[in-house]
Amino acid sequence: MATTSTVAVGAGSVPGGRRRRDVNTLPLMAPSVVLLLLWMIVPLAMTLWFSFQYYNLLNPFMTGFAGLDNYRFLLTDRALWTSMGNTLLLVGWVLVITVGGGTLLAVLFDQEFWGRGVARLLAIAPFFVMPTVSALIWKNMLMHPVNGLFAFVSRTLGLPVIDFFTNFPLTSIVIIVAWQWLPFALLILLTAIQSLDSEQKEAARMDGAGPLAMFFFIILPHLGRAISVVIMIQTIFLLSVFAEIYVTTSGGPGLASTNLAFFIYQRALLDFDVGLASAGGIIAIVLANIVAIFLVRSIARNIAD
Amino acid sequence: MRSSLRERILITVLGWLAAFLMFFPIFWMVLTGFKTEIDAVSTPPKLFFTPTLENFEAVRARADYVHFALNSIIISVAATALSILIAVPAAYAMAFFPKKRTKDILLWMLSTKMMPAVGVLVPIYLLAKDLGALDTRWGLILIYVLMNLPIVVWMLYTFFKEVPKDILEAGRMDGAKPKQEVWMLLLPLSVPGIASTALLSIILCWNEAFWSLNLTSSQAAPLTTFIASFSAPEGLFWAKLSAASTVAIAPILIFGWMSQRQLVRGLTFGAVK
Repeated sequence: MATTSTVAVGAGSVPGGRRRRDVNTLPLMAPSVVLLLLWMIVPLAMTLWFSFQYYNLLNPFMTGFAGLDNYRFLLTDRALWTSMGNTLLLVGWVLVITVGGGTLLAVLFDQEFWGRGVARLLAIAPFFVMPTVSALIWKNMLMHPVNGLFAFVSRTLGLPVIDFFTNFPLTSIVIIVAWQWLPFALLILLTAIQSLDSEQKEAARMDGAGPLAMFFFIILPHLGRAISVVIMIQTIFLLSVFAEIYVTTSGGPGLASTNLAFFIYQRALLDFDVGLASAGGIIAIVLANIVAIFLVRSIARNIAD
Repeated sequence: MRSSLRERILITVLGWLAAFLMFFPIFWMVLTGFKTEIDAVSTPPKLFFTPTLENFEAVRARADYVHFALNSIIISVAATALSILIAVPAAYAMAFFPKKRTKDILLWMLSTKMMPAVGVLVPIYLLAKDLGALDTRWGLILIYVLMNLPIVVWMLYTFFKEVPKDILEAGRMDGAKPKQEVWMLLLPLSVPGIASTALLSIILCWNEAFWSLNLTSSQAAPLTTFIASFSAPEGLFWAKLSAASTVAIAPILIFGWMSQRQLVRGLTFGAVK
């Protein structure tokens, strides 16, 4: 790519830039660094602190150091485990659908066909729709058991009408979120496929590789890194899926579609139990960090040049 | 091309089918926006109907819609402008005067993006409450600046690195001071990069729906919160809601289409090229 070569030339001339004077970069960096440092440390420290306190906004008499009580209470609460399980199901299924579908779509949109540019624009559009709007489109116009389009199609075909949010709440949310994130996977995997050396593809074709062999032995191995990046970035965002649940099911029926984010929201802003919600927050942060470590490593490898 | 005509037709059909399926929900919503309320909930659903602009008229006439749209615009534009203002010096320093620690600092900045929002919901909510920032525009602007700063710094850094150093060098030789160098040379040269960074930041702010739902209710609520408030009335205002939603997503959809390439760069932090 042209950009990489200019970067390389630029990096080569660094000594020339340094020669004139040693610029003090501290004042230039300070605003960004200080702001992000505060943004990182203050809320984290507060969450950690609260998670060891008895602290309920509705009950001002119950205060003081709680030790591990919040964690003990949470970890023995079935609701936490249900919502953790839902979180894993939600993240897992959305990843399977978006990475699988995204790879297929990326291969498809890598081919030349009539009107490809416009078709690609249409396919990536869902990513730019605000989450509350996409949730309402699906809830009101597609999945609604009376007036929804799906209900109409079922009735026309003589099939029973499915009340999505009552009978399959988590599945419905998986469908909505997967629809939003499929374009993201498509965009990134398409970029990765297009960076594949065309000579390499040509050579494989000369050697008589069919489309399937081409896909499994050339394209898929090349996509490995991009796929792992898609998985990691999506995981971090998907751990915090909130608006889609807030608008459609409010976590119900029962706990059927409550994920960790919604669970914490309920503890914090509906029950006002700051201590308990904070302990839940710490659990979410630990989960995200397990993923983040791998992501940072993979980014670091690429910044090196 | 070597592929046969039949293959090419098949691929064209498949490609358009995929595009159609992905876009259909949006298409259906836009269509509903042009229906009367009765057509919108009719069974069987109507694909052909007499289109009406009454919903868009109604949306435009409602003062509160304008209020929420204005909130969205002010908050995303202000947060974007502020984060670019803060990020330019840092990106400039990292791109042109790399030190031993530069790479580590960049990585650390990106890693702050990986904190799940829900993990810090409690302290941010309490801080906002104590500082009187709940349901205020400036509160949300501040959160969005902090949320997007790593991405903005990162994108500006990659764009600045593509500016040929010789030009800045020549400016220095002619006696340009650092400030002049940035204002007269670097910024004009990287206008396209800054523009796409701004576009991405606006898209992210506009569509953000965790902090806006939790921290705002009426005064400072952007369109995301406003639309969410329609989740209750069953089948009452579908056509109007669709018209309102269409207006709410249209500008961002166009921005997104314009910046799809830079989006990959910004959202993967360069991990995919």
